[in-house]
Amino acid sequence: MNLFLSSAPHVHSPQTTRVLMRNVLIALAPCAGAAIWYFGYSALILMAIATATAVFAELIWQMLTGQKVRIDDLSAAVTGLLVGLNLQPQAPWWLAVIGSLFAIIIVKCLFGGLGDNFMNPALAARGVLLASWPVRMTSWVLPTGWNSYADAVTGATPLASPGSFTLKDLLLGNIPGTMGEVCKVAILVGLLFLLVTKTISWRIPVCVVATTFVFSWLFGNDPVVSILSGGLLFAAVFMATDYVTCPMTDKGQYIYAVGVGLLIAVIRNFGNYPEGATYAILLMNIATPLIDRFTKNRVYGHERKVKKENG
Amino acid sequence: MAKKKSLGAIVKNGLLSENPTFRLVLGTCPTLAVTTSALNGFGMGLAATFVLIFSNLIISLLRKLIPDNVRIPSFIVIISTFVTIVELVMKAYLPGLNKALGVFIPLIVVNCIILARAEAFASKNGPIASIADGLGMGLGFTFALTLIGSVREIIGNGSIFGFQILPAGYESMLLVLMPAGGFLIFGLTLGIFNAITMRKSGKEGANA
Amino acid sequence: MTGVTNILLFMVSCVLTHNFIFSRFLGCCPFLGVSKKVNTAASMGLAVTLVMTMASVITWCIYHLVLVPLDVTYLQTCSFILVIAALVQVIEMFLKKTSPALYKALGIYLPLITTNCAVLGVAVLNITDELNLGYAILNGLFGGLGFMLAIVLMAGVRERLETSKIPEPLKGFPISLISASLMAVAFMGFGGLA
Repeated sequence: MNLFLSSAPHVHSPQTTRVLMRNVLIALAPCAGAAIWYFGYSALILMAIATATAVFAELIWQMLTGQKVRIDDLSAAVTGLLVGLNLQPQAPWWLAVIGSLFAIIIVKCLFGGLGDNFMNPALAARGVLLASWPVRMTSWVLPTGWNSYADAVTGATPLASPGSFTLKDLLLGNIPGTMGEVCKVAILVGLLFLLVTKTISWRIPVCVVATTFVFSWLFGNDPVVSILSGGLLFAAVFMATDYVTCPMTDKGQYIYAVGVGLLIAVIRNFGNYPEGATYAILLMNIATPLIDRFTKNRVYGHERKVKKENG
Repeated sequence: MAKKKSLGAIVKNGLLSENPTFRLVLGTCPTLAVTTSALNGFGMGLAATFVLIFSNLIISLLRKLIPDNVRIPSFIVIISTFVTIVELVMKAYLPGLNKALGVFIPLIVVNCIILARAEAFASKNGPIASIADGLGMGLGFTFALTLIGSVREIIGNGSIFGFQILPAGYESMLLVLMPAGGFLIFGLTLGIFNAITMRKSGKEGANA
Repeated sequence: MTGVTNILLFMVSCVLTHNFIFSRFLGCCPFLGVSKKVNTAASMGLAVTLVMTMASVITWCIYHLVLVPLDVTYLQTCSFILVIAALVQVIEMFLKKTSPALYKALGIYLPLITTNCAVLGVAVLNITDELNLGYAILNGLFGGLGFMLAIVLMAGVRERLETSKIPEPLKGFPISLISASLMAVAFMGFGGLA
């Protein structure tokens, strides 16, 4: 998300941000399309509400606080759409509104706006919604087609009941889950677009997925099913790569990505939550300032501190 | 510093202009931990107020007898005596509240507000003024805790002091009752409080 | 509770799931007050860990070997805080004599620790949770390390916020609290690990 603005101090260049954000929106289009294809009009409405709320919230905040209105950099639209895609397709409309408001106002604007937030706004919003309304956030339904609420059948996600879906269903997205995460093919198409346009580098998504693959296998799960289940792929491509909240250096990004992958596997296997991608990325967002510090100047006696930190 | 202020002014000082929670940001742990409901916040505030008033009184009376270099330990002994009284009384008569506040009742001992007032006010002022200061600071603390507790209870449970006020269809936001919500509501309340005082006093007056 | 697995789970629980800051709200004053710089935060964390561990041992012994036999357990709060104050004094003097370097690093934080509620908190919790001596020590040590993890992460975030365009009324404590809130949301991910 909020791409190409690494750390403050920096010069805002709305044109560049705008282009990058536009690329992300284009890359998200296949996922959004798949969501509408599988889950019908309710998916479309939820995404629209989330995106509109995010953009309006940023507009109103910037007007009230007397800043230059910058919603045309599209970053709020990206955040809003991501909030929407992180919901389950039959979530009530107010979840989308609260999620987007929280993402834009609390996580982004209170910290100074684009480039100053230390956490990915859409994911933080998802974490908050998940903690606040756990049932609403995890009432999964099987794909319904256009008529969202007619004959909706509840079902468990592949993470909750592994083995109940074929590999083809996992890839194409004919499974219950959040709107963005179900269709892996759509995510990969988006990833390809982002890589070709050089919007993001391959480093973080590939390392996250690879680490989860290895540790899922070590923890005794089918690694292929693991990486195709849940929100891992979607989060690794679209949210772990947020330029603002991931480390700046290559080395830092490797550490960050491995941390995310490891935490996902640990939370999935040992924690309360069937899906760890949200929390894993949020936790590594918190560690990002320290990773930056550590990878930038490793001479200055930081060895000790980082070890303690893991203890 | 209040030198020759009227008693009313001393009380008001603690309630508003030097509110221990919103202006001095002392005693953050209980402010965050026990404010999951208005009643818990209120109870914690009153317990602390009781300790504040009496420890201020005793310390003020003994201020000429206590040698300067064992000042702090003596204060702590006096404070912990009153905390123990509160603990025993609550255990006997308010077991429900005692259970809800848990470890934070004995922890009133290390609540920085109380030691800070002993050091900054009671050890330098007469007993009557010290009582007024304890009362003002205690009420300021109670006010802050009740306010934060109310906000959290309304959003997180749809009720205030146990009375349901939001319609039954309201789906409460569980997060505000969790630790994360405690930090969030306290931070936002503090920010709003700062914004109001800054507006009042022009550009100055932000406490950081 | 016996066995290596239980001990490991207990450690994880102390550091992550029942983190003193993000889930128990103990030690918030230094967490907010001494977290402006990563270096000082690390020193503070180290000092707190040291004191928490030693305080756990001593207060546990006092409670079970003195207060219980004499049937004066109502003196718990009073005796614990005095012992902690004395302990901090002793550690300070000891460090001054034996390790000037460490004293220089931790010295100014030690007096502050007397009124750190994490220390008294862990001492009281050891008793109310009816832990045995071994677990009490682990509770102090790993609780302290959890505190250290929290305060160092917080300092990292705050160093970053220093250059951010935070709205004026939120500068200082409010934005720190909101940051802590977001961190607590992330820490919920550890729920159920132990």
